[in-house]
Amino acid sequence: MPALTAYSDQPLAHPTPDTPAAERLWLALVALGLLALAVTAAAPAGLREPAFWLGLALLSAGALGWSWWKFGRDAGGVRHDYLWARASTSRGAVAWVTGVALTGFYVVLYWWPEYLENLIRPLDGLSQLLRRRPADQWFLYGTFYTLAVLLMGGRALLKYRHSPYQRVRTASVMFFQLGFAWLLPGVLLALQQPEFYFTYFWPLKYDYLFPGGVQALLQNGHLGAFMVGWGLIMSFVATPVLTYFFGKRWYCSWVCGCGGLAETAGDPYRHLSDKRREAWRYEVSIVYTVLGFIIVTTALLWLNTRLGGALLGRLSDEFSRTYGFVVGALFSGVVGVGFYPLLGSRVWCRYGCPMAAYLGLLQKHFSRFRITTNGGQCISCGNCSNVCEMGIDVKQYAQRGEPIIRAACVGCGLCSTACPRGVLNLENGPREGRYQPSQLIRAESLRILD
Amino acid sequence: MHLVIIGNGIAGVSCAQTVRRLRPEARITLVSAESAYHFSRPALMYLYMGHLRWPDVLPFEAWYWRENRLELVHDRATRLDAAARTVHLAAGPPLAYDALLLATGARTQYYDWPGQHLRGVQGLVSKADVELMADLTRDVREAVVVGGGLIGVEMAEMLRTRGLGVTLLVRDRHYWGSVLPPEEAALVDAQLRRHGVRVQYGTELAEVLGDASGRVRAVRTSGGQELPCQWLGVATGVVPNVGLTADTGIETDRGILVDEYLRTSVPGIFAAGDCAQRRSPPPGEAAIEPLWYTGRMQGETVAHTICGQPTAYQRGPWFNSAKFFDLEYQTYGQVPARPADGEASFWWQHPTAALGLRLHYRADASRALLGVNALGLRLRHDVCDQWLRRAAPVPEVLAQLGAANFDPEFFAQHEPAIVAAYNAGHPDEPAVVLRRRRGLLGRLLSV
Repeated sequence: MPALTAYSDQPLAHPTPDTPAAERLWLALVALGLLALAVTAAAPAGLREPAFWLGLALLSAGALGWSWWKFGRDAGGVRHDYLWARASTSRGAVAWVTGVALTGFYVVLYWWPEYLENLIRPLDGLSQLLRRRPADQWFLYGTFYTLAVLLMGGRALLKYRHSPYQRVRTASVMFFQLGFAWLLPGVLLALQQPEFYFTYFWPLKYDYLFPGGVQALLQNGHLGAFMVGWGLIMSFVATPVLTYFFGKRWYCSWVCGCGGLAETAGDPYRHLSDKRREAWRYEVSIVYTVLGFIIVTTALLWLNTRLGGALLGRLSDEFSRTYGFVVGALFSGVVGVGFYPLLGSRVWCRYGCPMAAYLGLLQKHFSRFRITTNGGQCISCGNCSNVCEMGIDVKQYAQRGEPIIRAACVGCGLCSTACPRGVLNLENGPREGRYQPSQLIRAESLRILD
Repeated sequence: MHLVIIGNGIAGVSCAQTVRRLRPEARITLVSAESAYHFSRPALMYLYMGHLRWPDVLPFEAWYWRENRLELVHDRATRLDAAARTVHLAAGPPLAYDALLLATGARTQYYDWPGQHLRGVQGLVSKADVELMADLTRDVREAVVVGGGLIGVEMAEMLRTRGLGVTLLVRDRHYWGSVLPPEEAALVDAQLRRHGVRVQYGTELAEVLGDASGRVRAVRTSGGQELPCQWLGVATGVVPNVGLTADTGIETDRGILVDEYLRTSVPGIFAAGDCAQRRSPPPGEAAIEPLWYTGRMQGETVAHTICGQPTAYQRGPWFNSAKFFDLEYQTYGQVPARPADGEASFWWQHPTAALGLRLHYRADASRALLGVNALGLRLRHDVCDQWLRRAAPVPEVLAQLGAANFDPEFFAQHEPAIVAAYNAGHPDEPAVVLRRRRGLLGRLLSV
């Protein structure tokens, strides 16, 4: 049957997208900035500072200028042309190079920070100003991280400026990263206080409620006690209450730093998440295991403390080191961010984050949040599933007229933004009838995950 | 029971799913020459623009068909033997059936233009069409699209993503003149212009001109103008595929003729979707409805009849939606291009942004709502459907307008402006007071 197979399942013929000269110019600034930073890493002492700051300036100007050139000049709207045809966003050569470079940075950062010395030293001035102490590798990392959120946040603000929801949400993650994950911990250090992150809670920041962590904080007087109380209230009171009213999104796509990076720097890669049922099964089996592990460990450690160390001895330190390496460094850093261009922007949040798992359980069973499907309007086009960074096959629900209530959903709202028929809407409403499908379409009761 | 369905589009697949639910033991076979798996036809444009890949436009993964025992045959049905209740296939063995659903869809309608068979002249209906289009538009600088309807704008949007010069030929004086009132059409026209599409209204295609290699090199319009182009998109409608009914006794007209139960003239054979033509549709409804939504509803309906629960096709209040470049469009009920006698129409348009809302209603004392058009505003389907079913008076609709607001959170709410505009335009009526706004706090605490 040659007539049937002539075109069968071959990708469409896409011309190589042409990059206009003006766009090349902006991208050249970015490349020069990166080059200057690379030079900094190996530069002699006198050249170090100028090269570093020139690099950051070029990188920032290039990134913002490119964003404006690419997204800022027309009327605004969903701009996904060539998304799956460009090498940079469809796991092509550019994506692999980007992924290797990012992964390489994390590997050096975690295991060979001495090679970053030339990048750390130029930040001494800023670090002294903010934290009253010299810079170290983590200040370098935090600064780069925040800069990435701000620059790519600028890009997201331009790209999604037709959507007030996306504008407000993007501004929120930029604010929390800059204020609560960079400035405030620095100021606390300057005041000789613990470097405390008010936007990270147990079970993500597990050591905040481990016996060792609590004891360390309590040595800092009233502020330390406040921090312990803050952690307890956020984890066990505020999280359930806020998730009840707004769903998981109040944290994952509005406040959290990991989410903030995913929503900004990771936005060009959001469509790369795996939508297959197979991937969902991996997600469920891994992420709840991590959560269970944290809960059991926390309980055991407190029991151990009660029993004066009779139960586990010094296992607490051992655990922190091992978990910190496997989950903190390997999972959330190297794979979670380093593989953005290959696996999408939410690998850590989806498969590894215990906080996301905890919030997800609350969202699924104890929340007013849902994504409403607008009657029978879905055309199964797949744009919603495509942009879902958490790998939810959104159209499975929309095409049955069902609301989308999934533990994984971080409420970024891109499915609603990208839907060409206005079918999806993030809503908080009465819990009664929350799972009720629209009466305008006969939802088939064929389950997609047992 | 062995149900054979010819065609794996939305009508055929909806029928298969519904029969599986009603008759868990039935054997169900779907035959399609077009593609091995069911895909979303409205999504073809996103393949071309690079937004999505082929697996992304498949509504169901491969396991779905296996686990629900829906047998897929990727083959062409060549002949139907109604007497022997058998379908003959191009490659595989014949299929014997107890019930047969013809869901063969439609194909591009050509109007015998001279030169219409030249290379580079094509429509956009099937998977093969979009693949051909991707292939044939690769080295093209200028393209012409004929047809001022939904597919015409889709084609223009697709072509513009590749930087082609696009001229759109529209027969009517304004865009989609048979369906859209002029105000709505003007907003669509603004989108077309903003995205660099040249539109020629009041213009039809007269002739397609070819070069020595048999490829289109230009078109001549009804105005006598010659427009150079290397590709011509035909978006002047579709015609039902009825070829399989030849010599079977199945009565056809333009489409396969069916009664209100979607039964053809031959017992045991049904038709649904783009290929079906209702013998006596209710007043105001088209005999042929070549639409995704109606295909789905017809597929669901005919499944009940096939399973021995004869169910007449009643689609309820009409609805449709589209997107013209960046402008979303929803319509509910009946909104004619021009109000008929005894009907009135209220149109609100944002002073600067591309936003508009039309309420079409009976001009008598009932002020009963007949239809709604929304551009750039998302409305709640259930609420509009209820208003139409109970013929809600327009003043009440306006007072409750917030209930139909389906825009995302933080979007500007235009209900006060809309109600104010209505009151200003109807000074002799009691002023409408907006009672239902859609505040963030209101929804936060609503029970």
